[in-house]
This record gives sequence, C-alpha cells and structure tokens, in this order.
Amino acid sequence: MGETTALLSIDQISLNFGGIQALQDVSFDVAAGEILAIIGPNGAGKTSLINSINGFYRPQQGRILYEGYDISDVPPYQRARLGISRTFQNIALYTNATTLDNLLAARHIHMSSNLWSGALFLGPAKREEIAHRRSIEHIIDFLEMEPIRKSIVGNLSYGMRKRVELGRALALEPTLLLLDEPMAGMNAEEKEDMARFILAIHQLQQITILLIEHDMGLVMDVSQRIIVLNFGQKIAEGAPAAIQQNPAVIQAYLGRAD
Amino acid sequence: MSEAIRPAGVFDTRYEEDIALNRTRGEHATSLGSFLLLMCLPLISAAGPLGLNWFPLHWIGTINHIAILTIAVQGLNLLIGYCGQISFGQAAFMAVGGYTSALLGIHWGIPFWLALPLAAAFTGFIGILFGLPALRVKGFYLAMSTLAAQFILIWFIHFPLEGLTNGSRALTRIPPPTLGPTIREVQALPVVGPQNLQFVAQRGPITFSSAAEMYYIIVPLTVFLMLAARNIRRTRTGRAFISIRDNDLAAELLGINVFYYKLQAFFLCSVYAGIAGALMAYHQNSLSITSFMLDHSIIYLAMLVIGGAGFPLGPIFGVTIVQTLTIIIIPAIAPGIGAFLRWLLPFVQSANLSSALTLLLRGGILLAFLLFEPRGVAHRWEILKISWKLRPFSHE
Repeated sequence: MGETTALLSIDQISLNFGGIQALQDVSFDVAAGEILAIIGPNGAGKTSLINSINGFYRPQQGRILYEGYDISDVPPYQRARLGISRTFQNIALYTNATTLDNLLAARHIHMSSNLWSGALFLGPAKREEIAHRRSIEHIIDFLEMEPIRKSIVGNLSYGMRKRVELGRALALEPTLLLLDEPMAGMNAEEKEDMARFILAIHQLQQITILLIEHDMGLVMDVSQRIIVLNFGQKIAEGAPAAIQQNPAVIQAYLGRAD
Repeated sequence: MSEAIRPAGVFDTRYEEDIALNRTRGEHATSLGSFLLLMCLPLISAAGPLGLNWFPLHWIGTINHIAILTIAVQGLNLLIGYCGQISFGQAAFMAVGGYTSALLGIHWGIPFWLALPLAAAFTGFIGILFGLPALRVKGFYLAMSTLAAQFILIWFIHFPLEGLTNGSRALTRIPPPTLGPTIREVQALPVVGPQNLQFVAQRGPITFSSAAEMYYIIVPLTVFLMLAARNIRRTRTGRAFISIRDNDLAAELLGINVFYYKLQAFFLCSVYAGIAGALMAYHQNSLSITSFMLDHSIIYLAMLVIGGAGFPLGPIFGVTIVQTLTIIIIPAIAPGIGAFLRWLLPFVQSANLSSALTLLLRGGILLAFLLFEPRGVAHRWEILKISWKLRPFSHE
C-alpha cells in the first residue's frame, strides 16, 4: 500500500455541524483496487465521511485528494464525472421510474443528447439511447434483475431496491464505489447475494470499493483493510484479523472492562 | 408508466423495437389514421371546399382552443409532472408570448412564422429569470416566488408597456399569418390615443385568418409539441428531470447538474406557454390582458391535476375534460340548476349564474380528483391498459 498507488487520500479532514464534531482530523488512504471497510458504532461519522468524499458536505478543514488532485472545491455533480459513485444508507432511488430509467439516469454523464436532439429523437439521440440501453442490459444481466427491468422501483421489495441502487451506482462506470450499508435490513440470503455481487464487481471490474457495514462477519470476510471510527475520530486501521484483536476497537464496541 | 405495457404476442428482438412509440402495424395505422382524421375535420365542416356540413363549424374553434391550452398545460407538465417544480404563473408567460408575437406583427411587420419562434424564445428567457429562485427554494416557497412572476409580468404588460400593449383595452388588428409573397402596407392607425405607431397590413396568396385556417397551424404544431415532450421524457434530459423530481440529492451526487436542469425545465415550460400565447393571439386576432390572470394560471394547474401530472397524455385529458365541461355540460345543466336555485333561494341574483356555476363545478371536480384520483385520468387510462394487457396472456 504505497503512497503512489493511493486513489483517494483523506488528509486531516474535520467536519462540524454547529457544536457537533462529526469528523475530527481523519486521515487515511484508499489504494486503487482495494476493498476498504469503514466500521464504527452508530454516530461515529461514517456516513458524514462518505458524504464529504461525495462533496455533499464540505469539511471545514483538511483536503481530499482524488487521483492526486485536490477535489475539495469540486461540486458534487462533477465528482461523479471523476468516477466517484455511491449507494445510500436509506435507499435513494427515483421511486416513480422504472428500473431501466433509474439505471439509464446514471448514464447521464456518459451521454450527450440535449433538449433539442432529445425532443426530435432523430438519428443521434436514438442511437445513443440504444447504445446505452445495451450497456445497462449488461448490468441488469450481471445483477440478475431481468424480471424487474420495467417495474416501477417504488413497488419492488426492499432487497431488490437495494440491488437496483447498486446497479445504478455501477451504471455510472465508477472508479471508486462508495457503498453505505449495502446490506442493512436484509435477510441472510439477500446479504450473501449482495456480498457475492460486491466481490464480483471488485474482481471482474477492478473497481475500488469503500464500504460501510455493520455486519462484522461480512466485513471481516469481504474487506481487505478496515478503518474504525468512533466519535468522529479514527481509532484503528489495519487488516481484519488485527482489527479484531485491537483493544481500542473492542473498547469502542463493548466498553471498558473495569 | 406506459413503457411497461406492450401488446400481447409482440416480442421484441432489438432494443430499437423496445423503445419505439408504435410497436405494431396496428398502432402505426391508428396513429396515422387519427392524425389524418384530425386533419380532415375542417374539410368536412361547412368551411370545407366540398360543401359538406358533417362536422359543426363552431367545434373547429373549440378544438383550436383546446389544442392551444393543451400546449400550455403540457409545458406545466414538463415543469411540474416531470421535473417536480411548480409554477403559478403559466397564464402570465402565455401573455408574454402572446403580446410579444402580436406586437412584432402589428408594429414591426414581422411575419407570424418568425414572430412565433421569437416570442417562444423570449418567453423562455423570461421563464429562466423567474426560475432562478429554484436554486435556493423548493415546494411552497417556490410556489410563492412563481406567484410573483404572475403579478409582475401582468403588471408590466398592463402599465409600463401600456403604450404598446393598450393596457387594459384589447390589442386588436393582429395580422393573420400568410404564406407566399406577402404585400405589406404601412398605414397610420385610425385610432386616436396613446398608440401613435404605424400599423402594418399584410395580404398574401394564402392567409390564415379564419378558425378553420388557423386549425392547420395550431393542430399540427400541437401534435409536434406533444411528441417533442414525449421524446424529451424518454431521453437524457427527461431522465434528469425525473431524477430531480424523485430525489434531487441522489441526482446531484450521481452527476446531474440539478440547478441547470431545473432552469431547463422552467425554460421549456415557458417556451410552451409562449407558443400557446402566440397561437392564441393569432387565433383570436386580438388579445386582452384579462385572459391571462391568476385564475387562468390556477385553472391550468387544475387541468394538469385532473388529466394526470407526469403522464404524456395528462394535459390532453385534462384540458379536454375541463373544456368539455365548461362549454357543453355546464350550459346544458345551468338552466335547470338556476331554476332550482331561484326556487330554493329566491334572494340570490341569478344574472351571472352560468359563470358562477362554471367556477363552482370546476372547483368541485378538482376537489373530487384530489380526493379520489390524485394521479389523474391518465393514471386511470394506464390501469385500463394494464387490465387489457392480460388478454389473452400477460407477458412481462
């Protein structure tokens, strides 16, 4: 994990909302091609961290370097163009649209038709629709979503909606994928499916994955490296086996044995 | 949505077939046939060259009016139904389009064919200006700021521009659209008043002056604009609108410039309003500020709700239902209700009963829709199609 291969560098960021310190001097690197998990008790600042990487929150201090460039001042929609994609803790799909529309909407940055060419729907816009439909179908195939292709996503089951959201994040063709609790609220089977998809995405498409998850068994199995946050501070970083033995982590999760 | 429904027994083998609007020969024939039938209506009316009187002539004007309002409401549909924004100023934007096109024709002799796009573009620009608050405010607060557009624009047309627009008096002598080499005659206005500008009379080989003639401009343009809205919905811009409507935060984080697309929605909405206003001006040959007031803006919103916001067919349903109600049903039942009211409440003045009943019944219908079918007639239509999809076999 040398400095040169870091895809994303979080450099001493601090984020506060009024008096609440959400993140405090957090620094770490995400190497290109790894699966890094962020764990921590509720309110530790995990989602705030992802929102900062995304540009939805602006940390008051520190820098975020992506592929070596400081992206602290890049607006959120342009960070997506750099290759940062994500899913949300509470599903944030386009509820009244079909699965196809949800996925195609994420192709936005790769498409070029505008108001005028779209309104006429002649050659270029039509060809573009078909080309992107083809790439979407690969994702639908990969995530086994063929039966729900034309279903309104608001009518789908919770597990399926989580899967559509993963598909939408993939449709962006990301370099860095931020997954905010992709398995929350799922049953064991759905979790296994999701773990299978995450590992396949990582291995087949070489996408770097930053994962927030509460299911420790799964985190230990899937991730290559773990960062532990507690009250907005990084308290540990290392391989899964080392994290399990780390006294600071045990104390954060279980309390001190007096 | 209609994308989910396909004729039974039709299996697509290419994505091109899957995204086509008409999938079968039957659908192609129906679309073409309906369009041709629509184009034939004036020919088989009393205005036609065949001397037939199969179609009542006064309905041609009614269809023109419905078509014009459909354009305006489709504009609202793009803004509200697809992009999830709101506007209480559609009538004022129609006034901008109407007065711009009319003044271009009356005072500067610019032909209709150029005045129409100029008016549409100018109205679109004004729409962008009044869409700017959407950067910061949403929902109720955005509604209030568009309400400001309604009052500011109408005030501006009424008072500061009174010399051009005739203020509260009607603006008349709008030259009809012509085709072919046009003769222009500059005349001094016979009217004495604040208006000292010249008046340009136009005559050409083909002149669109009557309702039946304007029909051939209004109806094809309406069909084109409905198709354009449909196409916008199913391409990149439309999906950006839908994303903003359903989850603006996710849209922003997944690469959509939310503010830019909100402004595009306001632009589109106003362009449609501008075209509708310009057609109205040239259809009626006159314009009056009183047809662009707040109550009109609200009726257009009601039409959208009744028809179904977010459905391509919603505006057509909404305008047709409300206009049919206003023109046919209310005049038919008004005398009966009037007699009953005079008997029940002898002290009530019954002179303006018909217009009062129009408002009352429109309000009642809107309320009924909000309570029992808030997604509008178009939603019912989709359900009807789904129920037919099951015959004989359901596929996907």
